[in-house]
Amino acid sequence: MQKKKQTVQNKKYQQYVEKNSPKPDYFRNCIWAFLVGGLISTIGQFIHNQIEKRMGLSHLDATNATILVMIFIGALLTGIGVYDVIGKKAGAGSIVPITGFANSIVSPAMEFKREGFIFGVASKMFILAGPVLVYGITSSVIVGVIYYFIK
Amino acid sequence: MGSYISAFIVGGIICVIGQLLMDGTKLTPAHVLVLFVTSGVILTALGIYEPVVKIGGAGATIPLPGFGYSLAKGAIEGVKKDGLLGAFIGGVQATSGGITAAVVFGYLMAILFNAKTKP
Repeated sequence: MQKKKQTVQNKKYQQYVEKNSPKPDYFRNCIWAFLVGGLISTIGQFIHNQIEKRMGLSHLDATNATILVMIFIGALLTGIGVYDVIGKKAGAGSIVPITGFANSIVSPAMEFKREGFIFGVASKMFILAGPVLVYGITSSVIVGVIYYFIK
Repeated sequence: MGSYISAFIVGGIICVIGQLLMDGTKLTPAHVLVLFVTSGVILTALGIYEPVVKIGGAGATIPLPGFGYSLAKGAIEGVKKDGLLGAFIGGVQATSGGITAAVVFGYLMAILFNAKTKP
């Protein structure tokens, strides 16, 4: 009886919270995400074109080299504290590009440094990148196996 | 010049989808990242993401679905070359540069710099 009363109260409280918590400004957030995400992609395209032109790499190799450079930039900007400032406004615009992946590695690694270099830095690096690699690699293997049987 | 505009638009749209998922649902950034990589793999397997890459260039390969794209493409190419073993080595082989860069640069920057107090 007591428990039932509490769950009813909890539900009411939850409805109250949902009603009164500030709604995200969808339009403004999307504009920011579009501009910043677009800009990061454009920078990537610029680096890609430069690599392809100057180093004479194939298209695929140039793509891989570009991702390498973008990860470096993302990690460096996170290190000097710039990326989080961008991320405050840009939301998904800074999370979804590969620079955001680098950010998700460096940010917790720096934060948990005081817990040591094994359980702090090296282990917390993968707090977000780990799941991405687990699901990405696993699904790619599934795709490969299916392709093997249907080709 | 055209390649820059299409990269801007395609990259921007992919990020807007992520933003809408974060604002409109209860998904956290971590969920969105995992969802995007997995969708990249699935869309590539279905042959949908390849045309997006053709149009968007870096706008399609820099956002995280592009990572899934490289993984899936690598796995499929691997199967063509090495059979079933290729399904296991192809994906990571194709993305090894990015994964290694993320580990090495990530570790290096975390050692070099200290966390700032949140602005």
